[in-house]
Amino acid sequence: MYKLWATLIKDVRILMRDAVGIILMFGMPIILVLIVTSIQNSTFELAYKNQVSLLVCDRDTGEVSAEFIRAIDKIGLFKMLPVSKAEPLKKFVHQMHSGNELLGIIIPSDFSSKIDTNSKIAADKALNSFGLKGKWAHMSEREVGPVILYYQPILEVSYRQSINSALYSALQLVESKQIIKKLYFSINQKPIPENIENELLNNKISINEYPLSLHNNEIIPNASQHNVPAWTIFAMFFVVISLGGSIVREKLSGSFIRLKALPTNYLLALISKQITYLGVTMAQAIVIFTMGVCLFPLIGLPALNLNVDIPALIIVSLVCGWCAVSYAICIGVLAQTQEQANGFGAVSIVILAAVGGLMVPSFFMPNSFRIPMKLSPLHWCLEAYYKLFLEGGKLIDVMGYVLPLLLIAVCFQVIAVISLKVKKLI
Amino acid sequence: MELMDPLAINIKNLSFNYPGNPTQLFTNFNIKITAGERFGLFGPNGAGKTTLMNLMTGLLSFHIGSIQLFGNEIKNHNKSINNLFGLIPQDLSLYQELSSLENLEFFGAWSGLHKQQIKSQAIKLFDSLGLTKLQHIPVHKLSSGMKRKVNLAIGVIHNPKILFLDEPTVGVDVQTRLTIIDFLKDLNKNGTTLIYTSHQLVEAERLCKSVALIDEGKIIVHDDLSRLLSQHGKGGLEELFLNLTGKDYRNQ
Repeated sequence: MYKLWATLIKDVRILMRDAVGIILMFGMPIILVLIVTSIQNSTFELAYKNQVSLLVCDRDTGEVSAEFIRAIDKIGLFKMLPVSKAEPLKKFVHQMHSGNELLGIIIPSDFSSKIDTNSKIAADKALNSFGLKGKWAHMSEREVGPVILYYQPILEVSYRQSINSALYSALQLVESKQIIKKLYFSINQKPIPENIENELLNNKISINEYPLSLHNNEIIPNASQHNVPAWTIFAMFFVVISLGGSIVREKLSGSFIRLKALPTNYLLALISKQITYLGVTMAQAIVIFTMGVCLFPLIGLPALNLNVDIPALIIVSLVCGWCAVSYAICIGVLAQTQEQANGFGAVSIVILAAVGGLMVPSFFMPNSFRIPMKLSPLHWCLEAYYKLFLEGGKLIDVMGYVLPLLLIAVCFQVIAVISLKVKKLI
Repeated sequence: MELMDPLAINIKNLSFNYPGNPTQLFTNFNIKITAGERFGLFGPNGAGKTTLMNLMTGLLSFHIGSIQLFGNEIKNHNKSINNLFGLIPQDLSLYQELSSLENLEFFGAWSGLHKQQIKSQAIKLFDSLGLTKLQHIPVHKLSSGMKRKVNLAIGVIHNPKILFLDEPTVGVDVQTRLTIIDFLKDLNKNGTTLIYTSHQLVEAERLCKSVALIDEGKIIVHDDLSRLLSQHGKGGLEELFLNLTGKDYRNQ
């Protein structure tokens, strides 16, 4: 037992004196989590909290176009910026180029008159079908000039599509309103009263949104809930630089020859390194989670909600940490040089992170990536954390991710031991 | 563990070649080194000195023949036999980030010593080698002579019965070399068998009582040094070496 204790002390001393390794293992993920969460949070706020500026050029200025503009405004997504109807198209486009406006809409000049006419036709056709006489029923509908939407190319396709849908629903509302007004007028020979119009056209059914939750926990997803676990995992696996490098250094330096000539098995050194670096991964998790809870609100980022199953969180963190350490040991044992361990270690972690869904959500991945994704230990780590942080899962809910992780970690350990035996190092 | 054998090392019919290299480095090699010797193993570059050291310490495994340390067979040995010997490899075999004391604490534990034993041994060794004031300084900040002394102290912390030394004084000044040689002689007086190899033949003359010259895996001569010098009418080991090998050092 004293041998293990002395080895642990030695490993901790060497680790504490490796300033570059400590900066890489703690500084780099702290910076990453801050930057990525800030960026993602600002995107989130842009999309859901701040209104997107929309230049509105109403070349029609009729009753229907005004109704249409009111309907767009009511959606709440846009900050309406009216532009003179006389503004030439070139100047309008130039204004978008030079300004910060992401969107611009031009309502054609005959918008109100044509929708008005088409509404009368549609209303009278409906009357005809009831056996009543409508004088516009025999006329054919007029083609309404399209509403033109300009957008900055930086807008994501999915975001643009949701804007399109919002504008279409506003347009549909205006058209339906016009038809109902005309229909009412044709039957009653007087304008529709406002209360009846509202009753007919306002939504009666509301949509309530609930984030998926396993145990009715009220965890509201935000940028921190996504990013803190993701970059904690990345940090854990980045110990490959320090740990893998330390194993290679030991193998290549004279100290390994002496270790081999001493009456102690080298496996003890590996056990000590695992315990030491498992401690490092736990320290990384504590530091990054604490940042999420305490520091993020101070700098305007959403706080990490740690209202999760804490025993499950500890177990998931331990298993993720052990898997990361096992991977680093495997790389350290297989690598022939320090450069191999550092280069391959770092690149492989970035690739495993990308494949595992840390950088792009896994549901966006093409089908061909599904199998490689499941081979990445970072994927299982991320899914386990998301189950806890986003769905409020308990220990039983994350076992489906913890067990594959344990299996992967054991595989790494077996590969390392076999490799040491083949190289006659143990 | 058997320690009564008067032979510290007994190599019988050893044959060895490196995996993948069919050339036999040792064929039916035999040598006996009695306990308490100060034995020097010499030969030109590539003669097989370091390989023989590695075989005797179990760093290389072999299949044909036998190597016994105090009667204990090293082939397929368990790790407990490693307690019998200490090894001072040619390269510094320590953690440069740690201080001398921290290195001794770690390697002492791996040699099977307890905390108190390590502490008392460290005090004695630092005192003998003049390292007491430097014991808390990280090794990478020490001079090469001091590093060599730390390297030596680590190898003997567990009072080994046999000490294998491969070029223990490379790159050190005369004073440090003499300190190391005196230290090794003291160690030998206390019962440690020294197995020494070096290209520093003048230094070897000061240290070794018996020598063996090997070349191409064969023993050319093995005897008491003073007897060999008088038999061949040579004034020193260097002259004797050139006379017996019939050539200059290779690759120099």
